[in-house]
Amino acid sequence: MSGQDARHGQRRRRAGRLWVQRLGFLLLGLAAVVVVAPILVVVVGIVARGIGTVDWEFLSAMPRAGMKEGGILPAIVGTLLLTLGTALVAVPVGVGGAVYLAEYARDTAFTRAIRLAIVNLAGIPSIVYGLFGLGMFVLFLRFGTSILAGSLTLAIMTLPVVISTSEEALRAVPTEFRTVAASLGGTRWQGVRTVVLPQALPGIITGVLLGLLRAAGETAPILFTVAAFYLPQLPRSPLDQTMALPYHLYVISTQVPGMPAGVQNGTAFVLLALVLLLNFAAAWIRRHFRRRRPW
Amino acid sequence: MAGDGAGVKFTVRELGVRYGERLALRDVSMDIAEKKITALIGPSGCGKSTFLRCLNRMNDTISGARARGRILLDGADILAPGTDVVALRQRVGMVFQRPNPFPQSVFDNVAFGPRVLGLASGRLLASLVESGLRAADLWDEVKDGLAQDALALSLGQQQRLCIARTIAVAPEVILMDEPCSALDPISTLRVEELMRTLAARYTIVIVTHNMHQAARVSDFTGFFWIGEDQAGLLAEYGATAQVFTRPRDRRTEDYITGRFG
Repeated sequence: MSGQDARHGQRRRRAGRLWVQRLGFLLLGLAAVVVVAPILVVVVGIVARGIGTVDWEFLSAMPRAGMKEGGILPAIVGTLLLTLGTALVAVPVGVGGAVYLAEYARDTAFTRAIRLAIVNLAGIPSIVYGLFGLGMFVLFLRFGTSILAGSLTLAIMTLPVVISTSEEALRAVPTEFRTVAASLGGTRWQGVRTVVLPQALPGIITGVLLGLLRAAGETAPILFTVAAFYLPQLPRSPLDQTMALPYHLYVISTQVPGMPAGVQNGTAFVLLALVLLLNFAAAWIRRHFRRRRPW
Repeated sequence: MAGDGAGVKFTVRELGVRYGERLALRDVSMDIAEKKITALIGPSGCGKSTFLRCLNRMNDTISGARARGRILLDGADILAPGTDVVALRQRVGMVFQRPNPFPQSVFDNVAFGPRVLGLASGRLLASLVESGLRAADLWDEVKDGLAQDALALSLGQQQRLCIARTIAVAPEVILMDEPCSALDPISTLRVEELMRTLAARYTIVIVTHNMHQAARVSDFTGFFWIGEDQAGLLAEYGATAQVFTRPRDRRTEDYITGRFG
């Protein structure tokens, strides 16, 4: 008798636990939908309303008629140049810093201060970078509002991402290989250059691309340092101003009355496509190289 | 002391090693014979690997490790300040417990040492790689696939590749830290045969947990033991035949007859 009761109770508890599990799944699923849905709505909206405007002329022509017609070539070229300039500064400095932190630096008050600074740099709002760039590069160093000043500002903003992902990638390479390289008579740098860096490269490239795509989409840092409202020609030197996609989008969305929605959405679509392209490249590189690693 | 009669490669005197506050090795003195195989045996934590890693200053890569005493390599103290560690490690190569080829081609693995040391390039490098692979008894298996990824080789082949990589920098001594513990019996046998061949040209010091291996391959055997203060010490050292058949130390006898498990 009592055994039967116990079995009955067990079955009831089991059913109760199943309900709790189902409820948990439902809530987690809802959370996922809440995260993804707005992104989907935005992307679908932009693509639906913008793709009609994007043709070869839109990508390759200068803006006309108060930017309401023609293309957005100078903004595309400007963003590409700024991204390139950012990479030229952020990659050597960032990867170099990561190699120092991961391979050479001992754990001292000094290196702890550096790490703290990197973490804090990553948390600074981008408008602060913009104002810093204005004060430091545009005014103090007299670069003027220029691609040089804008790239440097974006590079400083990108550095924390590049350094921390690169350091992570370097630390993921087993210590053993450094030991073996040393046991074969290699100096520490030879071990890093020929064994450790090649293995950390996929992770480093991924980090660099993720940092760059953030830089490509930022408006605030370029607001005072490089971005032009409208320029009738493409930039000719690093000391020229340039138009850029994010700032152009801001301008045509808020500063120009009577702007056709197609142009606005088309511009947003191009910026989105550019960023997504970088993102896919990062994902592909990561996947492509991961396959060979045994650890 | 062992090595009498033959040439002496290492003369170790009163060697002590600390990791931070912990004394890992106490007062070890031994002579290591040239072009012979010296096996170091003993329970885990007895300091035999620590001792091995002193012979090419690999303990330097562990932070907090300090060595006291003297280690003379051909009469020159390698613990002396100002020792060129990079040059020392070219003369005293090392093979590790787990096969650890670089995730690169077979060729690049063997070529690593000669390249970083600037020993050779082009045709000369290729011939160095070939002779290294031949000496490690691997050439016939990989000669048609020098460009293949080293990680595609079997574990036994990988370990012989690591030996080839070490040989390619033309060392005088090869240190082996449990080189067969990750290998199957057949691969182990091949590495042991290889060691016998290599002993004609190189001084070999091997740390092993495998008593039979020590008895099979070595000329001299050092037995390490953990002292009452938990520091490692050299309990017995002599010709392998003598250590295994007529041990002088009671602890050695108990250990090799398996009384400690």
